[in-house]
Amino acid sequence: MTSPTTIHERLSPKTESETLTGAEIVVRALRDEGVEFVFGYPGGAVLYIYDALDKQEAVQHVLVRHEQAAVHAADAYSRVTGKVGVALVTSGPGATNAVTGIATAYMDSVPLVVISGQVPVALIGNDAFQEVDTVGITRPCTKHNFLVKDVKDLASTLKTAFYLAATGRPGPVLVDIPKDVTGKQCAYHYPDKISLRSYKPTVKGHPGQVRKAMQMIASAQRPIFYTGGGVILGNASEELRKLVRSLNVPITHTLMGLGAYPASDPQFVGMLGMHGTYEANMAVQHCDVLVALGARFDDRVTGNLAKFAPHAKIVHVDVDPSSISKNVRVDVPIVGDLQQVLTEMNQVLDELDALNDPHAMQAWWAQIAEWRKRDCLHYQQDEQIIKPQFVVQKLFELTGGDAIVTSDVGQHQMWAAQFYGFDKPRRWVNSGGLGTMGFGLPAAMGAQVAEPDATVLCITGDGSIQMNIQELSTCQQYKLPLKVACLNNHYLGMVRQWQEFFYEDRYAMSYVDALPDFVKLAEAYGHIGLRADTPADVEPVIREALRLKDRMVFMDFRVDAKENVYPMVPAGAALSDMILV
Amino acid sequence: MRHIISILLENEAGALSRVAGLFSARGYNIEAMTVAPTHDASISRMTVATRGSEEIMEQVLKQLNKLVEVIRVHDLSEGPHIERELMLIKVHAVGPDREEVKRLSDIFRGRIIDVTDRSYTIELTGPGDKLDAFIHALDPGMVIEVVRSGASAISRGAKAI
Ligand SMILES: Cc1cc2nc3c(=O)[nH]c(=O)nc-3n(C[C@H](O)[C@H](O)[C@H](O)COP(=O)(O)OP(=O)(O)OC[C@H]3O[C@@H](n4cnc5c(N)ncnc54)[C@H](O)[C@@H]3O)c2cc1C
Ligand SMILES: Cc1ncc(C[n+]2csc(CCOP(=O)(O)OP(=O)(O)O)c2C)c(N)n1
Ligand SMILES: [Mg+2]
Repeated sequence: MTSPTTIHERLSPKTESETLTGAEIVVRALRDEGVEFVFGYPGGAVLYIYDALDKQEAVQHVLVRHEQAAVHAADAYSRVTGKVGVALVTSGPGATNAVTGIATAYMDSVPLVVISGQVPVALIGNDAFQEVDTVGITRPCTKHNFLVKDVKDLASTLKTAFYLAATGRPGPVLVDIPKDVTGKQCAYHYPDKISLRSYKPTVKGHPGQVRKAMQMIASAQRPIFYTGGGVILGNASEELRKLVRSLNVPITHTLMGLGAYPASDPQFVGMLGMHGTYEANMAVQHCDVLVALGARFDDRVTGNLAKFAPHAKIVHVDVDPSSISKNVRVDVPIVGDLQQVLTEMNQVLDELDALNDPHAMQAWWAQIAEWRKRDCLHYQQDEQIIKPQFVVQKLFELTGGDAIVTSDVGQHQMWAAQFYGFDKPRRWVNSGGLGTMGFGLPAAMGAQVAEPDATVLCITGDGSIQMNIQELSTCQQYKLPLKVACLNNHYLGMVRQWQEFFYEDRYAMSYVDALPDFVKLAEAYGHIGLRADTPADVEPVIREALRLKDRMVFMDFRVDAKENVYPMVPAGAALSDMILV
Repeated sequence: MRHIISILLENEAGALSRVAGLFSARGYNIEAMTVAPTHDASISRMTVATRGSEEIMEQVLKQLNKLVEVIRVHDLSEGPHIERELMLIKVHAVGPDREEVKRLSDIFRGRIIDVTDRSYTIELTGPGDKLDAFIHALDPGMVIEVVRSGASAISRGAKAI
């Protein structure tokens, strides 16, 4: 309690300074933060900021067609690059439209800075035109948020926002700026560093705990690694690979962790959880040591908590102490950043005298091979009706497994996760925690802006794509050559599947009637539309789409309307109680 | 079990609603909550009286610590501590009740701080159960109005939390 630094007074200013308007300060701060792209949509309260953006070139602005899309695009930009994504929206409806995007990023721990305009300070609280309590509305779905009432606080608040977004457990931070603050002038100092007495994330793992964990792992007979989004967010894939290979242990990922360990490697047993593979779920249920890294024991992963991994001692590494022992009691908790902790674990590994008993490991791998024989992802492609799984498999093959894949929410999302094998991190971009339909297309835009030369695929459904379809216009304006693959089953398929399994086939409101002609729709926006009606069409359509390198192509695959995602663990069942094909 | 949690947080607009919002969003129970600046004007101290299992309390403490403006969190129930609450209570006091109420107030070490020909207002400090006991000792029909501050608490011994 000795440090005098509070959130609003901080830091040694640089010596030379310039007088700028608040709006110019915003733009300069973004530049000084190394921000190249801002995704946004203008309105009255942010007009000074737009004016300032227009007068410079360092920070480029991408104009979306809906504020939700701005935040999703910034989110995907961040997931692909590892940098903080930035979105800019106006007050009132601009801010409320952004909320779904912010909540999506919050649930998946994505670092964002969202700048929102606000009515002038003197009008706050007066029900002024386009006023909402943005800070109040976003408080529960941001890591932190600020209302900046004095232009003198603007630069340091923005610095703090970037610092908070990117460190510890990452997340979105919102900075609400009243219009008059952007018009006022002030000397500009952008602080180099931030230190807050109330915020000190733990980075290094406790050495005693790390040693204890490694001893537990090395003496296991049936160990498995269960890793999540934290490995990707923490850029710890390389360290993970090293450890998992040295130990020769099986590894499974959550939906958010895909790509951290190569899917093509035999030690990878697939995703776990509700739609995880038979072998992954069985291995978790039978393991004696479970090593959870940057994963938060979500209910989609654990199934019935009381029956989850009943024989396991659990090691859990997470940067956020509140993720540890939240749902499942763990035996060796380690708080720290995964890149750091995995490095420590690799070091301890080198010092251990003995690794896992080879006979036990051989038996464990033999058991896993038995489970694998169940071939739980099997499907049958005939000559009449396109199976959605077949489309994803072909997309995987024809893109060489090297596309950036975004998805929406539903069955297609699960098939994308199951059938597109990710060998690298930051190649799979989806909304796991909030499950936001409408994420896929704007996310693909953000990914394409981040990597203009990459093949960006948006695997979507006929329901989800209509939740942000207006962004086809943004794709045209910025010539974003992304490829949409719509697994068009004429249903809100995931809803239909639940109704088939748990509501006795009563398909209330899950049939998507009056679908537009997606090919013509794509053409209306100036893009190319292709349709596949039969299995024989699938490969030529994908090849044609990929050949059109500089064009946005919408592929409409008419797939089996009644296909289900398997395996499935019904909500509340034990992980081993899977519905299988 | 009942827990008394002390929270030191930045004395800033919004910090209080973050804490209150956390409790309601996560479904944690709040029995009472008090907050005021400390001797350091940049820091507020909040006392929250809550109930929950050991697992829930662990999450409560971790979630509080996670709030960016929270500097320190301590569960005072883990060790010896002193808890005090202030109550102002207005009671009917006419005829023979006047003497009776005054006597009762003396027994509880209360102070009569306002008087009319029909009522007394009494100030009483102590642990919550003492204040409860005082209310129960009165005939329910006599109580006109009660205001309680909620618990403030501090650990025993020479050290700060
Ligand atoms: C239709 C649908 C079906 C789904 N089915 C499944 C399913 O079958 N299987 C499945 O797994 N998921 C499924 N999900 C996703 C699920 O809802 C959760 O989003 C997901 O399981 C959470 O993944 P995670 O545990 O990896 O946590 P994340 O949300 O990715 O959280 C990351 C964790 O890592 C920590 N962390 C972050 N950075 C670091 C760092 N640098 N160092 C250390 N720790 C760090 C964070 O504090 C956090 O605890 C489904 C979602 C939908 C929409
Ligand atoms: C914004 C939003 N509203 C509702 C839901 C609930 N929901 C989850 S999956 C789904 C169906 C998605 O349909 P579609 O995009 O066609 O995908 P499919 O399951 O058919 O592959 C719905 C409605 C959601 N996840 N997000
Ligand atoms: Mg569908």
